[in-house]
Amino acid sequence: MRALKAVKINQAASELVKQANFSLRQDVLAALRKAWQGEKNKRAKNILKAILDNAAYAQKESLAICQDTGMPVVFAQVGQDLKILGNLTEAINQGISAGYRKYSLRNSIVADPLARGRSSFSPAVVHTEIVRGNKLKLTLLPKGFGCENKSQLKMFKPTAGLNEIKQFIIEAVKAAGPDACPPYVVGVGIGGTADYAGLLAKKALLKKINIKRKPSMPGTVPALERELLAKINNLKIGPMGLGGNTTVLAVNILTYPTHIAGLPVSVNISCHALRSAEIIL
Amino acid sequence: MKKITTPLDLKQIKSLKAGEQLLLSGTIYTARDQAHKRLTAAIKKRKKLPFKISDAVIYYCGPTQTPKGRVIGACGPTTSSRMDEFAPLLLAKGLRGMIGKGSRSLALKQAIKKHKGIYFVTYAGCGALLSKYVKRVKTLAYGDLGPEAVLKLEVENFPLIVAIDVNGGDVYGQD
Repeated sequence: MRALKAVKINQAASELVKQANFSLRQDVLAALRKAWQGEKNKRAKNILKAILDNAAYAQKESLAICQDTGMPVVFAQVGQDLKILGNLTEAINQGISAGYRKYSLRNSIVADPLARGRSSFSPAVVHTEIVRGNKLKLTLLPKGFGCENKSQLKMFKPTAGLNEIKQFIIEAVKAAGPDACPPYVVGVGIGGTADYAGLLAKKALLKKINIKRKPSMPGTVPALERELLAKINNLKIGPMGLGGNTTVLAVNILTYPTHIAGLPVSVNISCHALRSAEIIL
Repeated sequence: MKKITTPLDLKQIKSLKAGEQLLLSGTIYTARDQAHKRLTAAIKKRKKLPFKISDAVIYYCGPTQTPKGRVIGACGPTTSSRMDEFAPLLLAKGLRGMIGKGSRSLALKQAIKKHKGIYFVTYAGCGALLSKYVKRVKTLAYGDLGPEAVLKLEVENFPLIVAIDVNGGDVYGQD
């Protein structure tokens, strides 16, 4: 059994805070560049240029890409042959807090959702999963709340048609409209239970955006993602909601088996500043 | 590009049309959810506000902490519609301009028309870039709210797009 000291987890979490908040993901940058090159609407093109300039400036100056440095969401995949010396969740939260403080990010978390009060840097929402092996994989997704507020869940009937599901996803983006910093990345979770579909939708945001993707077999998830991408971009919401061809950069779907009586579908939208970073210890 | 300065009197904005791009220089005040709640309570109790509201411009923004050696951290706009229930009272008290992101309610648009206000949007999700236009920062009130405190920002050529003009013209086309 391999041993891992909690202090290592603490340090790694701080490092992820820096990476995720200062450096936009390479796949997101590539998708934004492609959108900027292909955008025909002049104002939309200018806004996409500002978004790219912002990412470059943040990286160069070690500044947060966005002032909403999010609710930190951490996915911890713990190898079953790994022994952690200390407390995993505490180490993650301490590392997150230290990182947010060190890099002058925003203390956006209120301890009591009802009483509100003074805000701090943590705790994160931590999803722990036991996997094979003796490693620990940590992924940090700082999730801004302008877009988190646009999340949706619908429990469809098992007899629902695919068109109804597509319509629900498209309507969720329409409802977000100009408010949640388009162009978006749309995370969709289909199947499982209400809570699990929500988790899948969030995890779908971690899927790498592939801008060079070839057409897929009809009826498959990649084909559905591609179809929804085209349909949503036809809405012409555009960057900042001011029109243009670029409403979404990607639609990412994850599925899981579900019950004969139901079909949960959850949508989790990300703003264009889709930030995440991962590390394996 | 057209330039405007604070205090933002009616003369400067009455010919502006939704969709127009501009640059703003002068003093703006940050206020978001909790600060709006407090400003509203202060008005209702006839208490003094932390800044002169007549011809003022409020920026819906909660910046990050300030990194060493900088004036301000990332400081982009937050979603404006959350302030829709509070803004009409502020407009009635003389507030002239609001800066944020996204669309507004019909009631807010009517309040803008009635009180001759204006709503601007700025580059959303570009908080690092926007920090370049902020020259000075001072905490004015509600320091206990942390990132939601009211800050006085001195800005130079801060980029804006008119989203709802004095006549209720709306760039989001929801007339």
